[in-house]
Amino acid sequence: MSGTFVGMPAFPKAAHEAVHNTTLRGNLRHATHTIRGKRAKAVMEMSDWAELRDAGKRIKDHTLRHLDRYLVQLEESVTAAGGTVHWAADADEANRIVTYLVKATGESEVVKVKSMATQEIGLNEALEAEDIHAYETDLAELIVQLGKDRPSHILVPAIHRNRGEIRDIFAREMSEWGRPAPEGLTDSPAELAEAARLHLREKFLRAKVGVSGANFMVADTGTLVVVESEGNGRMCLTLPETLISVVGIEKIVPTWQDLEVFLQTLPRSSTAERMNPYTSTWTGTTDSETADGPSTFHLVLIDNGRTDTLADEVGRQALRCIRCSACLNVCPVYERAGGHAYGSVYPGPIGAILSPQLRGTASEIDASLPYASSLCGACYEVCPVAIDIPEVLVHLRERVAQGGPATEKGNKVVLKPAKGHAAERAAMRAARWALSHPGALRTGQRLASRTRRLHPRTLPGPGKAWSASRDLPAVPAEPFRDWWQRTNGGRTNGGKQEGTK
Amino acid sequence: MSSRELILGRVRRALADVQPDDTPYEQAVPRGYLREHGDLSVEETVELLAENLADYRAIVHRTDTAGLAGTIAGLLAAHGSSTVLVPPGLPQEWLAATETARVADRVESTPDELDQVDSVITACALAIAETGTIVLDGSPDQGRRRITLVPDHHICVVRVPDQVVSSVPQALERLDPTRPLTWISGPSATSDIELDRVEGVHGPRTLEVVLVAPSVD
Repeated sequence: MSGTFVGMPAFPKAAHEAVHNTTLRGNLRHATHTIRGKRAKAVMEMSDWAELRDAGKRIKDHTLRHLDRYLVQLEESVTAAGGTVHWAADADEANRIVTYLVKATGESEVVKVKSMATQEIGLNEALEAEDIHAYETDLAELIVQLGKDRPSHILVPAIHRNRGEIRDIFAREMSEWGRPAPEGLTDSPAELAEAARLHLREKFLRAKVGVSGANFMVADTGTLVVVESEGNGRMCLTLPETLISVVGIEKIVPTWQDLEVFLQTLPRSSTAERMNPYTSTWTGTTDSETADGPSTFHLVLIDNGRTDTLADEVGRQALRCIRCSACLNVCPVYERAGGHAYGSVYPGPIGAILSPQLRGTASEIDASLPYASSLCGACYEVCPVAIDIPEVLVHLRERVAQGGPATEKGNKVVLKPAKGHAAERAAMRAARWALSHPGALRTGQRLASRTRRLHPRTLPGPGKAWSASRDLPAVPAEPFRDWWQRTNGGRTNGGKQEGTK
Repeated sequence: MSSRELILGRVRRALADVQPDDTPYEQAVPRGYLREHGDLSVEETVELLAENLADYRAIVHRTDTAGLAGTIAGLLAAHGSSTVLVPPGLPQEWLAATETARVADRVESTPDELDQVDSVITACALAIAETGTIVLDGSPDQGRRRITLVPDHHICVVRVPDQVVSSVPQALERLDPTRPLTWISGPSATSDIELDRVEGVHGPRTLEVVLVAPSVD
């Protein structure tokens, strides 16, 4: 397993391999079913869940529709509070800025709070290339980093690992990175958590630079919010002298009051708790007399495909996402295929609409992601900001199959239809012709019925890929329209079909 | 062109469909959700706080003003603490019954020094009943954020019922965003191993909350 998503095969191929891994399927099934039940219970406690969900959606929509104004306001508020704001158009620029800021401190290591944005831009690898070691401190991220693995879930990146595998990784790898795992470490979750506590403590206590993301940024106050469980976030946000937060431009909410919605919906949707153990909020830096926490604060705002997503009136709702991961936990496709098959740090249903928008649909994996769904709609049901994921999936399928207008790096482009979909387009054209010529349709249906015993189970030629993961429907002995006419809509002849057993 | 101008320009072009008379913020967000859930009396709200704190493995103690010093002394003794971190504005009388050595919350203290201290005792800004949360805002009776983070044992005193609110919306109304805030709901925990909750990771593994009511005399 390599630690990168570059050059991933298309979803069907990756998923095909993943579903044959019985350990992986068992791990995922266990974890997703546990959290599903708990989430439902946590949401049931809130009689006004529907209103909170609607308010969350409206706050995010409004913010996105006026994002330029709120970005400028946020910049002013953060600057007024003693922070420095940087803007990064893409991943490379963000990595360059962070690397520069770390080097300016003279340090060669940083401690990190779990952050989707820094995973997205590949910050750890970029820092490593400049001889700066980035230590992940979230337990699941630590498991992924020590195991030289890739994250497979938004909230619990090591969800694909069971306790036995985690024990083995800790026992084998911890000594390479610092304090070794305790002798005789077992696979009890409490012991594993204790091993992580001991291993990371020395890193927290000596750290001079912390790197974080943020769950929310409040435009009118300049406040950043990090929601977490373990206390590793608090360590990284308060002990170092310099704090660098890398945050996507869509993470803004307009006012302090808006947090009253998300601090109710996020914990219940993600870890199924009434409230997560720790939430930290900070506004710039504090005065030197009452100094509390880092004396230097940098905020790096990243675009990296977000403005391209914003330009799509249907697809932009994906930017409402608050990264709770409820959609992953209910998704039948995610449960079976696992997170790695999505070839992105954003797996599951939200990843299937976010990755092809942030990165474009040019690569094989990104063009296949809108199809990584059965469109069952469970993801939309649980989404605390009501992102209509099936709607966006269908919209993106259209873009892949037919091509059309899109935005890439801020420029309007017209995409060509993807290559693999020529047969599909030909089939659709044929269907359109047949359905608008009733005589031809009737003849064709009768012919199909008479030759039904000769039909293959899979399609030949270009249809092969389609039928590799689907059964061809059985053709009835008699076309429905013939049956309807012969039996007068089922009223005569017992309504029985000829030839049925 | 700077990246700032580049990004803002992209945003503006992306939003070409948004009209200048788009619904303003005040009307764009319906606030039909509840300010609090249920119609609880003051006593019931305090009871709910105690229940929810305990549900997430905080250890809850109840006492009154007169009994507070004794309770705190008992907790420090039971934990076997020989040192306790004390924020500068903590009421002196809270520690009147204990001999445990005080360590001041100083700007010069290194993380390693804090790591040697057994316990920390603080007040709080408020507590939220519905979620079992205590919130610290760095006031003089609560100290810097790190003092409630590095030691393994945190005792937090909540004045009931004055400092208890029912809900998250009520809490945010009373809090000052310019202060660094820490919301604490139970001891540190993780769900990272098979999505099952385990208490005790990097933050204090023992959280004791003392609900102190005014003495009746």
